[in-house]
Amino acid sequence: MLKVENISVNYGAINALKDVSCHIEEGEIVALIGANGAGKTTILNTISSLVQAASGRIVFNGCDITKMPPHDVVKMGISQVPEGRRVFPEMSVMENLELGAYARSDREGVREDMTSVFKRFPRLEERKKQYAKTLSGGEQQMLAMGRALMARPKLMLMDEPSMGLAPILVEEIFNIITEINQTGTTILLVEQNAHMALSIAHRAYVLETGEIVLHGDADELAANPEVRKAYLGE
Amino acid sequence: MFLQQLINGITLGAVYGLIALGYTMVYGIILLINFAHGEIFMAGAFVGLMMVTVFKMNIFLALILAMAFCMVLGVVVERVAYRPLRNSSRLSALISAIGVSIFLSTLALLIFGANAQGYPAQTFPVSQIHIGPAEISTLQLLILGLSAVLMIGLELIVHKTKIGKAMRATSQDYQTAALMGINVNRVISFTFGLGSSLAAAGGVLVGLYFNAVSWNMGLMAGLKAFAAAVLGGIGSIPGAMLGGLFLGIFEIMGVAAGLSSYRDAIAFAILVLVLLIKPTGLMGRKIQKKV
Ligand SMILES: Nc1ncnc2c1ncn2[C@@H]1O[C@H](COP(=O)(O)OP(=O)(O)O)[C@@H](O)[C@H]1O
Ligand SMILES: [Mg+2]
Repeated sequence: MLKVENISVNYGAINALKDVSCHIEEGEIVALIGANGAGKTTILNTISSLVQAASGRIVFNGCDITKMPPHDVVKMGISQVPEGRRVFPEMSVMENLELGAYARSDREGVREDMTSVFKRFPRLEERKKQYAKTLSGGEQQMLAMGRALMARPKLMLMDEPSMGLAPILVEEIFNIITEINQTGTTILLVEQNAHMALSIAHRAYVLETGEIVLHGDADELAANPEVRKAYLGE
Repeated sequence: MFLQQLINGITLGAVYGLIALGYTMVYGIILLINFAHGEIFMAGAFVGLMMVTVFKMNIFLALILAMAFCMVLGVVVERVAYRPLRNSSRLSALISAIGVSIFLSTLALLIFGANAQGYPAQTFPVSQIHIGPAEISTLQLLILGLSAVLMIGLELIVHKTKIGKAMRATSQDYQTAALMGINVNRVISFTFGLGSSLAAAGGVLVGLYFNAVSWNMGLMAGLKAFAAAVLGGIGSIPGAMLGGLFLGIFEIMGVAAGLSSYRDAIAFAILVLVLLIKPTGLMGRKIQKKV
């Protein structure tokens, strides 16, 4: 479904990604784990075209999206739940969700998806008129996920959805990610919480200072002594 | 005569508000002080005047054409002078804005000459209406009414339409806006177009009110409207309207109090005070990173 081929990304003199390749097949949850500063967010932002690769290419369902502007990447069916949630603070929950569907013109479908987002996240429906900045961290994460779902994406990029959340909420968020995947959305999941990520993912990549150092089935990686030592705290 | 001064102040302030909206909207989205905005106002004033004097048009039609012309002009200026510098330092864009401003005013000087020009008599029939001890002219009513209509229209666009929602999203977080499928460049063009057409309306109204249109009218009006935008809280749309009104009232009251030789200084005194005491202005909000 998505092929990232040999991309390199620089921020000025900083070489953030070096010749990174990975792929995601339809229906999968693929985890991308790595320490802070490894380049995980950069990979997602390069796929979303917020950051331009210096070399390499990105192909989505056979279509080269490397140089496509970000709003067109969304129309192709890739949406992102950004790091730190990035809800629009001075807009209501409802407006945030409507913005998620900005690129769509099928009103009927948008209405259906709004109903199903509210069904999945009843807290959002209770707070639909509130400004997003008044929500708690967990609610904002749900809003960011709901907003991405409103685009009816084929592929969802999630950047550290568990960041800063209480353990009970983390569990809930990961359950929801699994559910979203089971209803047919492919997921690329970036996490520092490698334990949880590997428990729900099918496959995983390990990123270290801008390079993919390991990849394989999630349970294989979870059993790998190096991974256990570096990312699972053993 | 307080009531009379208040009427005059609000009229002037409404026009400052119209111009200030353009500064504030552009700043809200790309954090640029568009120093050419005053010259767009001037261009609007000239287009309106030409439509009436050369093409013998009705003033309302002239106003609409001036707004349309400046909408295009604003979009072109952004495309040519600011967009290529989007990823450069803010200073480069500011210098480019000053360049555009000098270019447009010099162009007007070349085309229209150095003398101020006025509207033919009876372009808009003026008569006085008495309200108690004060009076308000039909022209003042036109200015107030039209400003109100335009401001309400703007509020509706910003809050009730899809492109308005995209504008707000872009000004709150342009990167995430792009992730929603919003074409941020198009939103920026739209913002310039909208702000410039409001400035054009302000230009035509000011030209009528003072019966003078000149190549250098954009400088002072632009600076004052900028002061109004800062007073209201730059980036805030209701703030710009409020800031404009306050500034107009202060200016007229200052003149009435015998400070007429300092008339233009009042706006800058307020600007400096706001920057010193409350840089976010009356209705300012926290400021995001630039696009
Ligand atoms: N906008 C930026 N400008 C300069 N350097 C950046 C920028 N964004 C990220 N970096 C650098 O790129 C590297 C990778 O960052 P990032 O992709 O955010 O890592 P991660 O998401 O894995 O924590 C880091 O060294 C970071 O400091
Ligand atoms: Mg990150």
